[in-house]
Amino acid sequence: MTLQSTIKPLESGGFSNPPQQSARAFRAIMQAMARPGQVEKISGATPPAPLSPAAGTLALVLLDQTTPLWLAPSHDTPELRAWLTFHTGAPFAPAHEALFAIGTWAALNPVDRFAIGTPEYPDRAATLIVELTALAQDGPRLTGPGIRHEAQLSLPEIAAFQANRQLYPLGFDTFFAAGEQIAGLPRSTIVEAR
Amino acid sequence: MNVASADNYNFAYLDEQTKRMLRRAILKALAVPGYQVPFAPREMPMPYGWGTGGVQVSAACLVPEDRLKVIDQGADDTTNAVSIRKFFQRVAGVATTETTTEATVIQTRHRIPETPLKEDQILVYQVPIPEPLRFLEPRETETRRMHALEEYGLMHVKLYEDIARHGEIATAYAWPVMAEGRYVMTPSPIPKFDNPKLSDCPAIQLFGAGREARIHALPPWTKVVSLDFEDHPFQASKADHACEICGSCESYLDEVITDDQGGRMFVCSDTDFCSTRSNAQQSGAA
Amino acid sequence: MYVAVKGGERAIDNAHAWLAEERRGDTAIAALSIAQIREQLKLSVDRVMAEGSLYDPDLAALAIKQARGDLIEAIFLIRAYRTTLPRFGSSLPVETARMAVIRRISATYRDLPGGQVLGPTFDYTHRLLDFALAAEGLDVVEAPSANPEGLDNVPHVMGFLNRESLIEAPGAGDEVPPDLTRNPLQLPANRALRLQALARGDEGFLLSLAYSTQRGYGNTHAFVGELRIGQVTVEAELPELGFAIEIGEIELSECETVNQFGGSKSEPPQFTRGYGLVFGQSERKALSMSLVDRALRWKELGESHSPAPARDEEFVLSHCDNIQATGFLEHIKLPHYVDFQSELELVRRLRAAAITPSGKEE
Repeated sequence: MTLQSTIKPLESGGFSNPPQQSARAFRAIMQAMARPGQVEKISGATPPAPLSPAAGTLALVLLDQTTPLWLAPSHDTPELRAWLTFHTGAPFAPAHEALFAIGTWAALNPVDRFAIGTPEYPDRAATLIVELTALAQDGPRLTGPGIRHEAQLSLPEIAAFQANRQLYPLGFDTFFAAGEQIAGLPRSTIVEAR
Repeated sequence: MNVASADNYNFAYLDEQTKRMLRRAILKALAVPGYQVPFAPREMPMPYGWGTGGVQVSAACLVPEDRLKVIDQGADDTTNAVSIRKFFQRVAGVATTETTTEATVIQTRHRIPETPLKEDQILVYQVPIPEPLRFLEPRETETRRMHALEEYGLMHVKLYEDIARHGEIATAYAWPVMAEGRYVMTPSPIPKFDNPKLSDCPAIQLFGAGREARIHALPPWTKVVSLDFEDHPFQASKADHACEICGSCESYLDEVITDDQGGRMFVCSDTDFCSTRSNAQQSGAA
Repeated sequence: MYVAVKGGERAIDNAHAWLAEERRGDTAIAALSIAQIREQLKLSVDRVMAEGSLYDPDLAALAIKQARGDLIEAIFLIRAYRTTLPRFGSSLPVETARMAVIRRISATYRDLPGGQVLGPTFDYTHRLLDFALAAEGLDVVEAPSANPEGLDNVPHVMGFLNRESLIEAPGAGDEVPPDLTRNPLQLPANRALRLQALARGDEGFLLSLAYSTQRGYGNTHAFVGELRIGQVTVEAELPELGFAIEIGEIELSECETVNQFGGSKSEPPQFTRGYGLVFGQSERKALSMSLVDRALRWKELGESHSPAPARDEEFVLSHCDNIQATGFLEHIKLPHYVDFQSELELVRRLRAAAITPSGKEE
């Protein structure tokens, strides 16, 4: 009985039908990465605070034993570690070795510590999952692949993403999460103040 | 009618871990248009070289609500297209269609549909050799370095030698393109007639090469330029005829030999485009 | 009217039905059982297991039956099945020194501890068709054998050379080897990855490559230090238990070659090693693999560069997999009329331009 009650909080909050829920969530995630600035809705995960359902769903869809993960101080809680380990098996790693990093923008900074890939393998770059309080198609101007004319997104900062774009085709890629919403910002996007 | 995914296979055949690996690769491919992301392909129940890369990419993208179209050489009813469509009907239980405008995911070999694609569609290409430099330099270690250094001189030399010898670039399909000004990529062997459709496309374009273990991608609206020279600009070309079934002068044509006396006719390679047009003509005439 | 490719679906169904009928052959002849294939076509079964990368004699026998005896097709069936299997864990490295050998020979020593064991070999048979086999219901006489279950704990021949430091020390092999089936092949590869690719590589391809090294295309001067075949136990550590338990037995063929090495700037002359390890009784493959392994090691041994196919890691690893090879080769049977059409049009235009030199393109 006691064992049950200690395990239950871990088990809860995952997908009830992983193949179908992952598939639907991935489609939204893919659209977000393919169309920077477009806000998509994803759900299915109910992780322990402070992780948002959107970031939790991203984790369930993308993380496993092969993806080293760094939790920024804002999100490095025993409950969240246990939940992520139970549901994804992702090993925890230092920031510079991580393929994925989760945290608030402030806690993730300085972002130049993350892997940006190598000239031969630019894909070996980190994906940041940035928790925001809200996400809106408003703010700095975005142009580049995936954007017809221009888009806008409520980014937490401009300079860091401009510096990241300078590294292209290297650089990290970013998802922003708020509640059940996500938006993507690949390294290819050009960010300018409006 | 509820078509259940058959047997004991996971939704869309692949196990979840494999799909996660593919999905991560697809995201990186979208982040760096034209760059070939390595992935660990699985043996599929169809042979390497018969669309396993496209099948794995489609499997990673499909949702139960999808309506899948599969074409080979532009046609829905070629044997391998039929075989792949049946595979996904069986293992993913998705609906299928032959109508381009109704499809949410289109897997293709060697063609881009004539009907313009839309924002909510995904075009998945089956790719035999994803490396545009492969026939100039067989070594992966070398071509990888060339991409890293943006060293595409060899490709321009090859194209220029063509012009010197033939008066034009002697490439009819798989004409190399530059994605977003950075990576030279192969559009898979589509006829060069289709090249202009790659650029500024509203749909997501994903390219899967199973045997060669690479995925590359073009996000929507990506700028894709066919390689050429100022004095020898790229020209999309096709047989100078009209389709004998629907009369289209704009679509890519297959040449069909009708007898052993040299008789031949030209018909649309895109069977859906052709039948939609001829149906409309018939109902218009009636 | 235009009917070239219509009816694809019905054509496929009918072709499959015809194939099933052809597979069965004359129904007046008894059907082969899986057990018959497993027991009487064992070397085919072994090859299918080795190149299919799945140790299961019954499934391999089924695949051979389904593939009508086409071994590459059977290997393909096994590979495709293998991918669908969940992975529960990894075994510990098998200990071939503790192999229960049914065959163990060395070409480098006349006699040695453990002795030479010929085992069930074709080597000294006269290749004369045995028409007695054509007669049915013939019983075989039980073969006399000192150790029908195999000899346990036979020391490795290479150990004798190693004691004198005449041969390079074996690699420690402590690090976790890369997994070709889970990660894309990355070049340059390390030896563990190369051996993994060779172990599931095509026997014919490796045979020809090994042969080419004997004829001067990347000479390896190989002696068979030891060839052994027998059963080994497979153990796995279960995290729940905290110790290793035996999970089964598999048959392996292992070959270690002794190769000349002239020494380099940093190393005095010494013998070097080539290694082959294959599922089942597959000694031609194990021998070939060890020659190719040695040929591929030229760089790490500091040998001078001399181009030869068997020394070219990228060439060998990119082309040794027969499932990849046959798939891509056979895909040219698929329709290519769109590409062909574009070529037709190009060639017509180029020819027209050549015939009228001033002829400009439209």
